Amino acid sequence: MSASTASRHRELGLTDSEYDLICQKLEREPNGLELAVFSLMWSEHCAYKHSKKLLSRLPTEGPHLLMGPGENAGAVDVGDGLAIAFKVESHNHPSAVEPFQGAATGVGGILRDVFAVGARPIAVLDSLRFGELSSPRSRYLLDGAVAGIGHYGNSIGVPTVGGEVYFEGPYEQNCLVNAMCLGIARKERLIRSAAAGVGNLLVLMGARTGRDGIGGASVLASAELGEDDASKRPSVQIGDPFEEKKLLECCLELLERDTLRSLQDLGAAGLSSSSSEMASKGEVGLDIDVSKVPLREEGMEAFEIMVSESQERMLCVIEPQKLAELEEVCERWEVRATPIGEVTGSRRLRVLEGDEVVGDMPVEALVDDCPLYDLEPRAPESQIYPAPERMLFSEDPAEQLLALLASPNLSSRRPLFEQYDPLVGSRTVRRPQEADAAVLQLSHDGGQGAIAVSIDGNGRRVACDPYWGTVEAVLECAANLACVGAEPLGLTNCLNFGNPEKPHVAWQLERSVAGMADALEALGVPVVGGNVSLYNESGGGPIYPTPVVGMVGKLEDPAKAAPAGFQREGDTIGFCGEFMPHLPGSELAKLQGEELPTELPGRDLAKVRAAHDAVREAVGAGELSSAHDVAEGGLLVTIAESCLAGDIGATVDPWPGEDPALWLFGECPGGGFLVSGTREAIDRLAERTPLAVFGTVGGSSLRARDPADLDVALADLREANGSLHAAFG
Amino acid sequence: MRFGVVRFPGSCDEVDALLACRRFADAELLWHGDRDLGGVDVVVIPGGFSYGDYLRVGAIARFSPVMDAVSEFALAGGPVLGICNGFQVLCEAGLLPGALLPNAGRRFVFRQVEVEVVNADTPFTRSCTAGDVLSIPVKHGAGRYYAPEESLRELDAHGQIILRYRDGHNPNGSAREIAGVCNSDKNVMGLMPHPEHAVDPLTGPAGGACLFDSLVAHVGQLVAAA
Repeated sequence: MSASTASRHRELGLTDSEYDLICQKLEREPNGLELAVFSLMWSEHCAYKHSKKLLSRLPTEGPHLLMGPGENAGAVDVGDGLAIAFKVESHNHPSAVEPFQGAATGVGGILRDVFAVGARPIAVLDSLRFGELSSPRSRYLLDGAVAGIGHYGNSIGVPTVGGEVYFEGPYEQNCLVNAMCLGIARKERLIRSAAAGVGNLLVLMGARTGRDGIGGASVLASAELGEDDASKRPSVQIGDPFEEKKLLECCLELLERDTLRSLQDLGAAGLSSSSSEMASKGEVGLDIDVSKVPLREEGMEAFEIMVSESQERMLCVIEPQKLAELEEVCERWEVRATPIGEVTGSRRLRVLEGDEVVGDMPVEALVDDCPLYDLEPRAPESQIYPAPERMLFSEDPAEQLLALLASPNLSSRRPLFEQYDPLVGSRTVRRPQEADAAVLQLSHDGGQGAIAVSIDGNGRRVACDPYWGTVEAVLECAANLACVGAEPLGLTNCLNFGNPEKPHVAWQLERSVAGMADALEALGVPVVGGNVSLYNESGGGPIYPTPVVGMVGKLEDPAKAAPAGFQREGDTIGFCGEFMPHLPGSELAKLQGEELPTELPGRDLAKVRAAHDAVREAVGAGELSSAHDVAEGGLLVTIAESCLAGDIGATVDPWPGEDPALWLFGECPGGGFLVSGTREAIDRLAERTPLAVFGTVGGSSLRARDPADLDVALADLREANGSLHAAFG
Repeated sequence: MRFGVVRFPGSCDEVDALLACRRFADAELLWHGDRDLGGVDVVVIPGGFSYGDYLRVGAIARFSPVMDAVSEFALAGGPVLGICNGFQVLCEAGLLPGALLPNAGRRFVFRQVEVEVVNADTPFTRSCTAGDVLSIPVKHGAGRYYAPEESLRELDAHGQIILRYRDGHNPNGSAREIAGVCNSDKNVMGLMPHPEHAVDPLTGPAGGACLFDSLVAHVGQLVAAA
C-alpha cells in the first residue's frame, strides 16, 4: 500500500482493514475514483455497518404491509386499491452547518424517496431538536430550519401537516432535523428500484450535476461534528423546489404511462449509491458514461460526477424503444433527461469517460460486502447527561402550570406551523394543533375514509431509559392516532444517536431498538422502513438518544376525528387509560433542574393497547367531543391545552389522585387520555377502560379545587403558551 | 357553465381550485403553453409558485402563451379570478392595479383570516351582501398589497376594493387592509385568501363558497341574456 493511498482512505473514513478488504474484492488496489465510491458506499450512512444487525430485530410483517424496508419508502394498504408510501429521514449534520439549505434539502430528499416508489407526496411532517432556546445558536438554527422546511414544502405544493420540536442542551451543537413524507398511489402503480433488462437504458433526469454536496454521506453524515464545520459548507447541497416540482410531475406522468422499468432517487452519495443499489437489487451490472452527465460547471473530474450530491435528480431504467416517449414527456415538463448508460449482465458497476474505463467495481462488493460490526454495548454506571439548569423555583401549582405552558418544549407551536402551508392538496381535515394527529381525507383519490399520521420521539425520556423511553415514543404515537379514531397500520423510524463505536451509545442503541421492537409487537404494527443517523456528537458529548417514530393509521369517517380541544359547555370531562404518573424525567423535573433518572417505570403493554382500542372505538363511533393524550407536562397541562384548543374553560373536581404534584404534573406518555363528551358517552367509555369522571367543560378559566386550589383565566394560559413567538422576532 | 384553471410549471393549488370549481360547475385544467382557452366561461389563475417565482412573484408567468389568451378574454369582458399567486400574476400582467410585496413580517404566513365583503356588486360577490364576513385561509410569502396613495383612493372611490381584512386580521401589512381588488371593468379580480380552500365544511369554514356561487350566477345571467 503506498503512503499516499493509505492517508487517502483514512481521510475518506475507511479503516485499514476495510481498505484491505476492498483490495481483496477488486483483486488490486482501487484507483482514486473507485476509492471515493467505496468510501461512500461503505459509510455508515449507506451501509448501516453498525446498525444493520440490530435493525433485524424490528417486526417487518403486517397484514397491511405492501412494501417493507429496503425500498426508497415503505408502503401500506389503506383499502380501495390505494397505498400510502411513507418514510422519515434525517438531515441533521447539513442542518447544523447551514440550517436553511440543510432543512430544505432534507424535505426535498424525503419527497424524492416517496415519488421514487410511484406515490404522489401528500404530506410532510418534521421532527426538530435544538439546544435550549436561550442560546443564540439554537434560535439561529430554529429560524433557519423552519424557514427552509417551509420554503421547500410550500413551494413544491406539499402540505406540512404536523411535526414536533424539543429544546434540550445536548442538541446545542448537533441539532436534529428529521423530515417525514407520505405519498399516495394506486397499489398497482407502486414501482421498485431494481434495474432490469440487459440492454435497457439508464436515464438521468432533472438538475445538472455540480460540485455541491461532494462527500456528504461520509464527511457530514458519518462522522462527528468538529470545530471547523464552516469549512464543510461546500458539502451542503442547495435545494431548488421548482426544479423538483417539475421533476415530480414529470416522473408521476411517466409512471402513469408505464414508461419506466424502475426508478430511483439520487440522494446521499449521488450516482454512486443510486446506480449500485439499482444494479444490486436487479442482480445486473451498469455501465455509466460520466462524459454524458450534464454538468453545472466545467472541469469536473469523473469521481466528482460520481459522488456529487446535487439535488433534484432521478435515475430511471427504460427500454430503448421508450426513449422517445420519455423525452416527449420530459420536454413537456421542461425536465432534462439524458441517457448516461445501460444495463449489463456483468454484475459490475463500470464507470466510463467516453471510451476510457475509469472505474470497474463488482456491484456486490459495493453494496453487500461492507463489513458489519457488532456493537460493544456497555451500560454506563451513572447518568451520563448533566442535570438541566433550574428555571423554576415556585411550588405553587398555578405558577408551575404557567411556567410549564410557557416552557419551550410545551409552548404553542403556532409560530412554526404558521410558516407552513398545511392545506394544499385539499386533503387536510385536521390542521396542526387541532387534533393529536393530522387527518387527511382520501375521497379525492378514490378512497374512503381518511388516514391519520403522527410523529414523536422525546429524547430526554430515552436518555433516562433507552428501553422504556422508546416504548413511550411508540405508544404516544399510537395514542395520538387513537385520539382521532385511527387504527395504526405501519411505522417508520429515524434512529438519531451518537457514535456507536462508544460502548454507552451502543448500549443506548441496542436498548432503544429492543424497546421499539417490543412495543411494535405488542401493538401489532410493522416497520415499513426508516433511516439511521449516527455520530451525532460534538465536543460536548452525544445528543440525547433520539428515536423518532412516525406512524400512519386509517379511520373510516374523517368527520368524526376528535379534536384535541373541548367543544361544548357542560360536557363531562373524563380521564382514562393506563396511567401511572411519575415525576422523575418529567418536564416539571426539568424546569426544577433535577438530575435525569437512570430508569423509567415499566408498562403493561397489553393494558395500554386495550386503552388505545377503547378510545379509538369511542372516537370512531363519534361519541366523544374531544380526545387528547396526556403527554409532556402531565394531566394539568393536558387539561389546559384542551381548554386553549377549544377556547373554553373547565372545572376539575374531584381530582383522581392524592399526591398533588404527582397527579398534576407526573407523566406516563402514551397511556392516558383526556376526553370530553356527554355524561352517557363518558360512562360508556368507562365500561371499556379505567376512567375517572372528574370535571365539566365551561367558563373562561381553568379551575381546580382539590388537590390544588387554582383558578387561571384562559387569557393567562394563552399568554403563557404563546411564548415561542418571541423566538421568531 | 365551465371554469378553466390555468396550470403553470410550479402551480400548486391548481387541483384544489379545480376540485372547488367542480362543486359548483364543470371545470378543467388549462395548460400554460396553450393559447386556446377551450371556450371556458371563467378563468381561474391558481395559487402556487409559478416558475418558482424566481426573479419576482408572478413575473415570469405573465409571459407564458396562455396569458395572451387570458388577456384577450379579460379585455372582452370574460371573468378572471386570480388567487394568491394568480393575483400576483394578474398584477404583473397589468390586468389588475397595484403589486404584491413581501409580507411585512418577512415570513411566509398561513392563517385563517376574516375578510369583509366591501363591494357585493361584482361578478365575484353578487351572492354576498356588503358587510358579510367570510372566514378564508391565507398562505403566502408576498401578499402585502401596495399601490400608490392616489390609486388607492381611486380604487376606493370606484368600488374596486372587494374584500378587506377585518381589524386584527391583516396578515401581511396590506395597504388599506386590502385582501381583494378588481379592475375598473370589474371582471378581473385578485385576492390573497384562498377561497378554494374554504368550500368544504369537512376541511374548515366554507367562507369561499359565495365567490364561486357568484360566478356561477353571473355566467348564468349572461347566458340567459344572450
